[in-house]
Amino acid sequence: MSAVPAPKDTFTALDVAAVRREFPVLERTVRGKPLAYLDNAASSQRPHVVIDAMSRYYETTHANVHRGVHTLSQEATELFEGAREKVRRFINARSTKEIVFVRGTTEAINLVAQSYGRPRFGRGDEILISWLEHHANIVPWQLLCEQTGATLKVAPITPRGEVDFDAFAALLSPRTKLVALAHVSNALGTIVPVQRFLRAAKERGVPVLLDGAQAVPHLKVDVQALDCDFYSFSSHKMCGPTGIGVLFGREALLREMPPWQGGGDMILAVTFGKTIYNDLPYKFEAGTPAIADAIGLGVAIDYLESLGMERIAAVEHGLLEYATRRLGEVPGIRIVGTAPDKAAVVSFTLDGVHPHDLGTVLDHEAVAVRTGHHCAMPVMEFFKVPATARASFAFYNTRDEIDRLVAALHTAREMLG
Amino acid sequence: MDLKDLYRDVIVDHNRRPRNFREMPDADRHADGFNPLCGDRLTLYVRLDGDRIADVSFHGSGCAISVASASLLTESVKGRTVPEAEKLFGQMHDLLTKDDAEVDVPSLGKLAALSGVRAFPARVKCASLCWHTLDAALHSQEQVSTE
Repeated sequence: MSAVPAPKDTFTALDVAAVRREFPVLERTVRGKPLAYLDNAASSQRPHVVIDAMSRYYETTHANVHRGVHTLSQEATELFEGAREKVRRFINARSTKEIVFVRGTTEAINLVAQSYGRPRFGRGDEILISWLEHHANIVPWQLLCEQTGATLKVAPITPRGEVDFDAFAALLSPRTKLVALAHVSNALGTIVPVQRFLRAAKERGVPVLLDGAQAVPHLKVDVQALDCDFYSFSSHKMCGPTGIGVLFGREALLREMPPWQGGGDMILAVTFGKTIYNDLPYKFEAGTPAIADAIGLGVAIDYLESLGMERIAAVEHGLLEYATRRLGEVPGIRIVGTAPDKAAVVSFTLDGVHPHDLGTVLDHEAVAVRTGHHCAMPVMEFFKVPATARASFAFYNTRDEIDRLVAALHTAREMLG
Repeated sequence: MDLKDLYRDVIVDHNRRPRNFREMPDADRHADGFNPLCGDRLTLYVRLDGDRIADVSFHGSGCAISVASASLLTESVKGRTVPEAEKLFGQMHDLLTKDDAEVDVPSLGKLAALSGVRAFPARVKCASLCWHTLDAALHSQEQVSTE
């Protein structure tokens, strides 16, 4: 669970040139220049195998799942449920009953807020998050607080962009009914040492949800080793399709929770007098699911595992170190978020050049980065910046692309600084 | 499409040294503009003498395009009547969104330096934020957003 890579002799390094050939979009140019895609924390790209698996499914197999006795429906169901099993294995859940397919991390958190929180929480109860959170791990809780009268508590962060553990521990109280934390910060890249936070919450019997959207693509995640109660992540940040994500929930908790949407597939029997809900995880999957997307996610997991999460982490850590060093050489740069343990994300500002202008200059050089508040406006507020530019790396990025980023920053300085 | 066409010397100059960049305690009207996409935030102040804009200033933070555009706005509407300023707003809207042929560019003076923004659709809102905010101030709305 650490970003520090295993020693190099335990595995052969990735052949990045070969890996890049598997991602068709990396071959494209922008205004005649080769694309340098450094916006992976917003969304990663997809390899051929994922795109092909989804096309093949539509071309040869598609039918609705869990419905018919006909061959296509059975095959589609097998592929769909096979993907669920791949997800279970990937994060080491005990059972596929604990793997709920949702649209993404945002929907997963909303599901927990509405199905776990809403029936249980009331006035005087508290939900504890941190200042690092993405809006998706803030707003669902604010909505829940409006609905139930509960209060949102926010653990502060340090100037390096780490969640202040002591302040967090001090905010845990008998009123705390749920802790919801980012595993890795999307805006800064901070890897939160969640084990420590989980332990503190467990000691007080408080359930914990982890927002793993930025963690799962880059670290080996084991929900049993973490011993968390809910874990959520999105497919599109880990080389899978958009529109699908996962909520892991501890079976005992999911069992107690009411459905959050009603419809087909989530029922066993419907009469106008009473409806009997389906078993886990289907109770939470009303309507026809994103079948092809789930299958694509399963193939993305196969792909990441074929590369090896340790090797991925090693490549990305190398890119992070190189980028941090090279960016540090640019006069006027300020790296925002300097925790010792980080995923491959560098958020920064450049004196005299607004991030939005930086984004335009970089785009002109075909370097794609995110500029803005990264759906984490409180983080921007904490560091007293209106926005940052954020370069975020995946295992298919290269040092050459980082050099081009740095060259474009010099251009921006000369032009606007 | 050249970056120098977006970041012309006039724009770079007005970003580095924005004109009328100050709060105005005795303003008759003011409005806040916010572009949530990039975090541009500005307050536009207007002091009226009857129908005439006696003084106009702005304050806040934003990208080079939004700051330069606001700075150029203050220079160009000061001393004009409210209907004249509104007419200019319409012309700026055309300049930022339509081809040159449809806009009398020379009549816009320095504001014409913003014509390069048209080739960068993601930046049009940066340039137009201050004009929407002026419009809101003149119509006594307190807040506008370009999203």
